[in-house]
Amino acid sequence: MLDEALEAYVATAREVGNASSLHAAGRRARRRVEESRERVAAVLGARPSEVIFTGGGTESDNLAVKGIFWARRAARPDRRRVVSSAVEHHAVLDAVDWLAQHEGAEVGWLPVDAVGRLDPQTLRAELDAHADQVAVVTAMWANNEVGTVQPVAELAAVAAEHGVPFHTDAIQAVGQVPVDFGASGVAALTVTGHKLGGPTGVGALLLARDVPATPLLHGGGQERDIRSGTLDTAGIVAFAVAVETAVKGQQEYAARVAALRDDLIERVRQAVPEVIYNGDPTDRLPGNAHFSFPGCEGDALLLLLDAQGIACSTGSACSAGVAQPSHVLLAMGADDDRARSSLRFTVGHTSTQADIDALIAALPAAVDRARRAAALRTPR
Amino acid sequence: MRVLAAMSGGVDSAVAAARAVAAGHDVTGVHLALARNPQTYRTGARGCCTLEDSRDARRAADVIGIPFYVWDMADRFHEDVVDDFVAEYAAGRTPNPCLRCNEKIKFAAVLDRAVALGFDAVVTGHHARLGADGLLRRSVDLAKDQSYVLAVLTREQLDRSIFPLGDSTKAQVRAEAAERGLAVADKPDSHDICFIADGDTRGFLAGRLGEAPGDVVDASTGAVVGSHSGAYAYTVGQRRGLHLDRPAADGRPRYVLSITPKTNTVTVGPAEALDVSDVHAVRPVWTGGARPDAPVECEVQLRAHGDVVPATVALDGDRLHAELRRPVRGVAAGQAVVAYRPDPAGDVVLGSATITG
Repeated sequence: MLDEALEAYVATAREVGNASSLHAAGRRARRRVEESRERVAAVLGARPSEVIFTGGGTESDNLAVKGIFWARRAARPDRRRVVSSAVEHHAVLDAVDWLAQHEGAEVGWLPVDAVGRLDPQTLRAELDAHADQVAVVTAMWANNEVGTVQPVAELAAVAAEHGVPFHTDAIQAVGQVPVDFGASGVAALTVTGHKLGGPTGVGALLLARDVPATPLLHGGGQERDIRSGTLDTAGIVAFAVAVETAVKGQQEYAARVAALRDDLIERVRQAVPEVIYNGDPTDRLPGNAHFSFPGCEGDALLLLLDAQGIACSTGSACSAGVAQPSHVLLAMGADDDRARSSLRFTVGHTSTQADIDALIAALPAAVDRARRAAALRTPR
Repeated sequence: MRVLAAMSGGVDSAVAAARAVAAGHDVTGVHLALARNPQTYRTGARGCCTLEDSRDARRAADVIGIPFYVWDMADRFHEDVVDDFVAEYAAGRTPNPCLRCNEKIKFAAVLDRAVALGFDAVVTGHHARLGADGLLRRSVDLAKDQSYVLAVLTREQLDRSIFPLGDSTKAQVRAEAAERGLAVADKPDSHDICFIADGDTRGFLAGRLGEAPGDVVDASTGAVVGSHSGAYAYTVGQRRGLHLDRPAADGRPRYVLSITPKTNTVTVGPAEALDVSDVHAVRPVWTGGARPDAPVECEVQLRAHGDVVPATVALDGDRLHAELRRPVRGVAAGQAVVAYRPDPAGDVVLGSATITG
């Protein structure tokens, strides 16, 4: 957590008061929440009334996808199609799947190209064919695995032309690339605290006033009646501080980590010439570098680099902890082996040139070993 | 040494990993995911293969303070252990899947991968002793001894194995787990076969092999005395569950003497017809010293937790022959014959082979 966010959290948590109470302590808490709402709105190009505080990114994604689906289907029962890209985070992917399994939703999964980019023409073709039946379109602002930044404004414009609300999961994007809710034209946007130096378990859904959404949580009617639950005043205050700090520092931060990241990419390519660099080479998150190491298994490389004090990530793991081939890479046209040979390196706030030197020092031997280990594997 | 601790989520492997750390090794914990769909394997906190077990193993690694990963061995396990298990029953034999898992997964696929990744050895929580002399011996806890299912390991495999628990009883292992703050200290022992969720082996095989009705035949008269729905479901020496239509002439109980997959026949007869004095086996492994040229006087064990009988064991190429001093009942093809040399410091595993008859 950022120092500023942590200090704001602790200072607020010391105060007593439920933001829904009418007495003085409650009013003070309420004021903190509303000031935070204004701060978040100001830096993200939204109106304060468009900020709905939630318990984090997964909740915001579920609220947007399910909530807008339910509300628009209730208004018109034949409107039960959900349109989503194939490279979404599981918080969206699984919410969409759930609607298909349990709510009779039809899903239009939109393919991406080899760098993971969703072409606005692909969305246009889908909406030209089905706009009347579509309840909601959801596509992420930037991909959490391969770092590709989507042409969100163009996509949102296509959706707007067809009169369909467009939700974007911008968890990876805020603080990394410029994000402006109003200017982008999206109807709903997910942001969460822990990805930008704020607390875990606090996030927001920015939701345009004219977009209907049925609540996931019913109760006290907080947050425009869309998200009930006693407000986590300290968490919200810290979240707002983190969002503001991240957005205000975005340009400088992006320039710094992109320079380090570019150096990392160049040197990884020199150290392991056969490496495949995944994702969009230009429209991508500044700190993201994603590679496939042919002939290796990503989880073997991770183990070897972890032992050298270098943290990196493979795709995702199932509930038992078994590494799965990334659905993102598979959607980009990679085969199972290439998907399993992939590894993400993230350059962030605390990264230094020395970290990249350490990675480059350890990488060739690790790749060599991982290759020998993979050679033992029985063919799938 | 840089060692890989195979952590099932049970108390034994957790304590084994902790002892490896205490012995000064650089230890990395690995849980083997063996089920293609973890939900289908045994549920409840009883052994390996479930989500709970993966979580228990991870928590133990946290407490011990070692890195922890999950390795996906489901495909290998399915081919080398589960499919083999089914094929062996279909062929009228009685396999031991734990033994096969040690031979093909833990001390082969896992060990090979570990070595390729720069590890020197694999640590497991098996109850057996493996000392500086390189000899595999029974655990001090004879009730928990697992040397029988490890006897299939070759010299090369043993040289890269560490069994830290062989000098301890199960009770001591549990007490140590509690002292070390490992939550699995009270976890029940695993038993049964991990990939048969409900313990119903016959039902599992029927699901895989289908119903295959056939005759149950009396060995002495050749008469059909009953029917069965699949010969694969029977094991030599079995008495229960035969459901014979006609009692034997002498009124004495009958046992499964043999299974003939070709004719889908189960042959039954009196107990004494089960007596075996000569055991033939194939694919011998000999780790208790140099491979002997002359017959060896020793003891043999013919199934897990089975009786031990004195015998003369001779090796001839890919074959092993054991001449038993006294007959043993219910020797099943597919099980291992393991030769031991009695020793006050723990009976030494000399070698093993797969019984053919």
